[in-house]
Amino acid sequence: MKRQSVVVAFAAVLAFAAQPAFAQTLKTVKDRGTLICGVSEGLPGFSNPDDSGKWTGIDVDVCRGIAAAIFNDANKVKYTPLNAKNRFTALQSGEVDVLSRNSTWTLSRDTSLGLNFTGVNYYDGQGFMVKKALKLNSALELNGASVCTQTGTTTELNLADYFRAHKMKYEVIAFTTNEETVKAYDTGRCDVLTTDVSQLYSLKLKLTNPNDHVILPEIISKEPLGPAVRHGDDQWFDIVKWVLFAQINAEELGISSKTIDEALKSDKPDVRRFVGTEGNLGEQLGLTKDWAVRIIRQVGNYGEMFDRNVGSGSKLNIARGLNKLWTDGGIQYAPPVR
Amino acid sequence: MQDSGTTRTLIINDPKVRGLVYQVATLIVIVGLGVYFVLNARANLENQRIATGFGFLENTAGFGVNQTLIPYQESDTYGRVFLVGLLNTLLVAGLGIVFATAIGFVMGIARLSSNWLIARLATVYVEVLRNQPLLFQILFWYLAVLGALPPPRQAISIGGEIFLSTRGVALPRPEFGPGSGVVVAAFVIGILVTLLLRAYAKRRQAVTGAQFPLGWSALALVVGLPLVVMVVMGFPIGIDHPRLRGFNFTGGMVMIPEFAALLIALSTYTGAFIAEIVRSGIQAVSRGQTEAAYSLGLRPGRALRLIIIPQALRVIIPPLTSQYLNLTKNSSLAVGIGYPDLFAVFAGTTLNQTGQAIEILAITMAVYLLISLITSALMNWYNARIALVER
Repeated sequence: MKRQSVVVAFAAVLAFAAQPAFAQTLKTVKDRGTLICGVSEGLPGFSNPDDSGKWTGIDVDVCRGIAAAIFNDANKVKYTPLNAKNRFTALQSGEVDVLSRNSTWTLSRDTSLGLNFTGVNYYDGQGFMVKKALKLNSALELNGASVCTQTGTTTELNLADYFRAHKMKYEVIAFTTNEETVKAYDTGRCDVLTTDVSQLYSLKLKLTNPNDHVILPEIISKEPLGPAVRHGDDQWFDIVKWVLFAQINAEELGISSKTIDEALKSDKPDVRRFVGTEGNLGEQLGLTKDWAVRIIRQVGNYGEMFDRNVGSGSKLNIARGLNKLWTDGGIQYAPPVR
Repeated sequence: MQDSGTTRTLIINDPKVRGLVYQVATLIVIVGLGVYFVLNARANLENQRIATGFGFLENTAGFGVNQTLIPYQESDTYGRVFLVGLLNTLLVAGLGIVFATAIGFVMGIARLSSNWLIARLATVYVEVLRNQPLLFQILFWYLAVLGALPPPRQAISIGGEIFLSTRGVALPRPEFGPGSGVVVAAFVIGILVTLLLRAYAKRRQAVTGAQFPLGWSALALVVGLPLVVMVVMGFPIGIDHPRLRGFNFTGGMVMIPEFAALLIALSTYTGAFIAEIVRSGIQAVSRGQTEAAYSLGLRPGRALRLIIIPQALRVIIPPLTSQYLNLTKNSSLAVGIGYPDLFAVFAGTTLNQTGQAIEILAITMAVYLLISLITSALMNWYNARIALVER
């Protein structure tokens, strides 16, 4: 009898203690001393662990930027690999502080999933990859094909829409992880692999003979990829948003990780506001005056982040394309830091 | 004045009352906790403006499924996706149970065989398959099945009608034209008459001891009768042949490799467990029964079928029920190889698209619970039917 009542009392205490602290994410992160970042299970260029367990990628750099802004140490991040199925539940439940996992910004994810997308760190689109031996030149020749894709993604929906719109038949085989999808495509279970074009470039490196495959020219959807946070915490939303905007603004102002020290001595008003010599913009965010300096010094500006992970400085070698700054003909545009 | 009879204690010291009070208090606390959890969850979901409720079942799904037993398009609702997934699960679980039972009985009896080689082979089968994790076995069969098959353009063709390739097994499908209802009716009538004939034959044997040649009559009724009717009606049931057109086989029906791999893995794995159950059941029947059967002149096969197995079934059925439930639940591992069962399309894709984890998981758990309860209810009914009736 005694043991029973103790168990009941314990459960009652646990239940009352399980109050979610969603509106206090910044405080929770600071108290914990690390940022918990939800990433993918291994997508080269976006979030990929190497042999020693070190994570690199453009999504990883988003989290490193946030950690640099809060802790002045870009390495104070714990990475949680999530697959396409459990990524949103992990963010909703509080298991991760920010989801930086090449997720597409859509209306239903913004609303019924209870998330807020903070920006777009990669403008992408969906494409198809086929074997060169099939001698296909366009996605319109794919009537009746078998297509491998990842389950629970916008990819599945766009694929259905595209084939329906062009009145073509197809067979879809949906897997939970990228590895299974690629393996099924490699062993010939399906003719076509479909996902975001940046992922196609990345997954091509994982195939047994990367040169036997070609990416078809059609881009069949808009896939703005960016980090997401939970509803209900406006301060945290602003912080994650402005970390990316700081990096884009830095590239616009010509500040990079190599030139950040000269920028500290600059006379130009917009640079002075950016590095925090004038004004208290960092403190308005809940961070320090040199929040932007910390980010640029440890992670770099948007251009450096892009080149290092997916651009000319990486194995993927994807052209900047739409991801160029608005001043260069692309669509990366950040609101001013003032 | 002396008290008469038992002394009256204070009401709080009465053990019955105390017990009642404790139970009521615990019940209130448990129900209160349950209510608190539900309200807390609802408040949190509202706070973050995550959608709740079951209205999502009427939203458009928007994605395709590669194996559907009922007609399905991308513009159908999530409710229809649920049905498609459920039917796929029931298909693989049902067929898996049938094959696993067959394999289990064969292997269990083989292990008790007096032939040394057969007995050892059965032992190796049971020990190897019981001791590997099921997910590995599913992946093994999937990769082994896929790896052995050629691409569709170089498919292996059996008789020009059946094609084996990485797309699966393409089989001809019967097409029901006008008038085929009569043939189907003839088939059903054939089965019913056979059952009636079986009851009559049993009664005749009980009375006179003469046996009735049921096998030939059954064949004539179930196969011969519909064939005759089909010829008379001018072949209303046609065949849809699978033909390679472009990327894939069109026409006919295709058994996808995911389904084949899952079925093989589930049947062989559960079959190994059932083999051990069957073996224990047979060994539970006393040796005297076998000796008596042999002394009556029954051959070993008949002795097994008529004397041993019916008695062994009483020991076999309860653990067999557990294995059936295990198989049904293990079919949810289909998500590992891309087979669109209930868990993969509903608790996987739909959950991700709608974000309503709590409702979807509750529905899925309720459905698996219902399937399991129905299976065990049926098995318990069968168990009661074959129980020993004491005189």
